[in-house]
Amino acid sequence: MTQKFSGTERYVATEDLMMAVNAAVTLARPLLVKGEPGTGKTQLAEEVAAALGKPLYRWHIKSTTKAQHGLYEYDAVSRLRDSQLGEAKVHDIRNYIVKGRLWEAFESDTQSVLLIDEIDKADIEFPNDLLLELDRMEFYVHETREFVKAKQRPIVVITSNNEKELPDAFLRRCFFHFIRFPDADTMMRIVAVHYPELKRELLSEALNAFYKLREVPGLKKKPSTSELLDWLKLLLAEDVPREALRTDDPRKSLPPLYGALLKNEQDVHLFEQLIFLQRRQQSRS
Amino acid sequence: MLTRFFFALRAAGIPVSLTEHLTLLAALEARVAEYSVDDFYYLARATMVKDEKHFDRFDRAFAAHFKGIEDAFAGLFGKEVPAEWLQKLIDRHFTEEEKAQIQALGGWDVLMRTLEERLKEQKERHQGGNKWIGTGGTSPFGHGGFNPEGIRIGGQGGNRRAVKVWEKREYRNLDDTIELGTRNIKVALRKLRRFAREGAAEEFDLDGTISSTARNAGLLDLKFQPERHNAIKLLLLLDVGGSMEGHVRVCEELFSAARSEFKHLEYFYFHNFVYESMWKDGRRRHGERTPTLEILRTYPPDYRVIFVGDASMSPYEIMQPGGSIEHWNEEAGAVWMQRITQRFSRHAWLNPEPERHWDYTASIGIVRQLVEDRMFPLTIDGLDRAIKALKA
Repeated sequence: MTQKFSGTERYVATEDLMMAVNAAVTLARPLLVKGEPGTGKTQLAEEVAAALGKPLYRWHIKSTTKAQHGLYEYDAVSRLRDSQLGEAKVHDIRNYIVKGRLWEAFESDTQSVLLIDEIDKADIEFPNDLLLELDRMEFYVHETREFVKAKQRPIVVITSNNEKELPDAFLRRCFFHFIRFPDADTMMRIVAVHYPELKRELLSEALNAFYKLREVPGLKKKPSTSELLDWLKLLLAEDVPREALRTDDPRKSLPPLYGALLKNEQDVHLFEQLIFLQRRQQSRS
Repeated sequence: MLTRFFFALRAAGIPVSLTEHLTLLAALEARVAEYSVDDFYYLARATMVKDEKHFDRFDRAFAAHFKGIEDAFAGLFGKEVPAEWLQKLIDRHFTEEEKAQIQALGGWDVLMRTLEERLKEQKERHQGGNKWIGTGGTSPFGHGGFNPEGIRIGGQGGNRRAVKVWEKREYRNLDDTIELGTRNIKVALRKLRRFAREGAAEEFDLDGTISSTARNAGLLDLKFQPERHNAIKLLLLLDVGGSMEGHVRVCEELFSAARSEFKHLEYFYFHNFVYESMWKDGRRRHGERTPTLEILRTYPPDYRVIFVGDASMSPYEIMQPGGSIEHWNEEAGAVWMQRITQRFSRHAWLNPEPERHWDYTASIGIVRQLVEDRMFPLTIDGLDRAIKALKA
């Protein structure tokens, strides 16, 4: 294994993230990624695939997803219909086996990247049902008595929002990385990567306003990286002058276009109240 | 190899297993981390720790272990650095005047010891007063070019260089002994859910019917599936007002998290302690109150009861009739408490006050006795313990 992941043009990876990815790639073990929503967990898989030049298979998990869906499904209903219509292909059961994302990734001739997104959405037993498949990278198709084995062990990236705890047996087999909320320096780099033409002063004013907002106590949902990027996009599009971003200006209540940052009515209320109090204090003093 | 490290992690309470240890060794063999302690730190963390709440523990264990390694390294030279090295050092760095001053301070040994102590102190306090190194003349260490590097040659280095990644302890607030957020509470409360299949097949299973009819070559084959529901019933009794004001937000979160998790969840409020009545709606607390006796009659004993309150009050409020600060209560709160715990044998008390403060408040001790020591702090870890107690 000579390829090393070190971020891409559009993705700033911290040192510890690189280490976790490289360990997972080298040992061909799954990488479990956790972190605040909006810190780029899902994007990581895409960027790893892009950086290493490998095909990406995405498997998005919902609350109803079963482990079996990732392997294959037997479409008994269409087989029944075909049998009533007298079609010839009904005699071969293989025509009715629908491959899942895992199978597709296993079949890939070059090594692929498999993203299992938001694994915590699924039933609590879901990760356990995938233990053997992810460990040995093989499974058995009962209907056709076929044995599917990965040609190349795919790089598996699993994301979790921490809504459920994952079983120990599953965790043991993974590398783990927790994406922290980036500090101001990293954030500068991230923004620079996305909006290189953004003026430096505007950026630092915007970051100031953003971090101040994150420090407001009691916010239900703190704005995260992806929200910051959206907000900057809006600011750029609207061509807001940087003076307008100073939130300590008593005449202005909210930073412009705050809707991109605060996603919750209660948060906006809270924020307005704080601003109001602050203004009153200032006018008194 | 690294076996000591492995056991150090286990001793620190991180659930590492042999699998993970072998993975780490395999990764080292594959040269994932090369020649850099930082790399090794990141690799070991990604391999051994599977939950961000353990990061802080890992950092501490790593620091302790790594320091041990450095000490062992220093041990190669013996405990003492050869005297002539130090002598040379002194000759190189100090003027005659300064050497005389060193003698005046009690000689080299004393100076080194004092310096070490001061450095330790300084590190702990970050910024000190005028006796610290480098602050202008009053300190014996202020002018001689003494600095952490200088000490390191003396063999005591290592633990006072620039702060390493694992020493920053950036994950401290992810440790599970801190207070809860709504999401954390949800995760913890889910442990209390226990889905049970009760009774016979009840629900019509559409998917199952289609699939088995198809398999059955088109002959209708009806399928039923047993209804699944949460078998846990919960009665939540929350303290509001008074000294709980500061904790209201946490309680609010607990409540909003709990409400979405259980089908059978009932809640009542009380003020400071349980007496002959409680209420459901804060605005009408003086009008619509529910007698506690009615609560005891209404809910069957298989309900679990969770009290949430800081249990901080005057002991009279618990022990004496008429002790309540709001009204005249005929019977003491303790009597009511006993009735509740007798009816609902599975109960627990969650206390938002930090556990280490409990011993300083008399009423907390009394309440702990009343709930048979099933009082737990309102942290994830405490919630976990409470749920364990409730399951039994």
